[in-house]
Amino acid sequence: MFTVLANANDQLLVEGELLDVSELRDAAKEFIANPANKEDLPEKKQEEVPYFGTVMVSKQVISLQNDKGTSYDLYIQVQNELAAAYNELRNELALNEFGVSYDYLVENGVKDKVKAIRKIYPQRISEAEPKDVGR
Amino acid sequence: MSKFKKDGKKGLPAVSTSSLPDIVFMLLFFFMVTTVMREVDLKIKLNTPEATEIEKLENKALVSYIYIGEPMETKRYGTSARIQLNDAFAEVSDVGPHIEEKRSEVNEAEIPLLTTSLKVDSETEMGIVTDVKQELRKVQALKLSYSTRERLND
Repeated sequence: MFTVLANANDQLLVEGELLDVSELRDAAKEFIANPANKEDLPEKKQEEVPYFGTVMVSKQVISLQNDKGTSYDLYIQVQNELAAAYNELRNELALNEFGVSYDYLVENGVKDKVKAIRKIYPQRISEAEPKDVGR
Repeated sequence: MSKFKKDGKKGLPAVSTSSLPDIVFMLLFFFMVTTVMREVDLKIKLNTPEATEIEKLENKALVSYIYIGEPMETKRYGTSARIQLNDAFAEVSDVGPHIEEKRSEVNEAEIPLLTTSLKVDSETEMGIVTDVKQELRKVQALKLSYSTRERLND
């Protein structure tokens, strides 16, 4: 679980730390992929994925919670950074495995490969009910 | 005395107006063909946020738009963010019927493809946006798109 909290003053609290929006992408990427298999990051589960064989798939979930006073702009920036984190990881994977970018696979309708990549990095963003403080 | 008497001075003949209708119709058709129907009259200030990870909406006929932002005529409507559906201001409770109306317009087979596009001003607070999203969830309109502009410097 990777918690992102946004308050009414447009500040971000990511995993208990005050972060700038620009730092969110890398933090999210590290969390999603967990390349060093750290203990405090999400555990992985063995899964059978076409093209990749048996791989370890992370059980990551990103939780996003806003305040009612959070600006829409910040909300979109956060969504954008999280989407970018997933896209970059999927892209890296596609380049490593198939030698083409993820966008290329999507655009040319190579559905099986897209599905396989999505299985390894599924986009799981959960939005919690907003809090109403600081208004 | 000649049979074919010339009537003295004739003056200039009047300009022929017989082709005037042709010209008028041609102009009329020209404007009819080239005019684009406007989608809606915006009553709110809409300055959508910028983002990089964007996609184009594919089938515009299957998209219903919801506008949220500060009204343009602040003296009349105040400065708090309002929802606009089609050409008029609306309340959160009107969002559901708006979606249902759109659903009744399209083929049954296309209903699962319907997308709701939120065009929200970047200065809006999340409160009203969340209320709209809850309302959309109630009517099972789960395909959402957030309208943004493309960020160029990156």
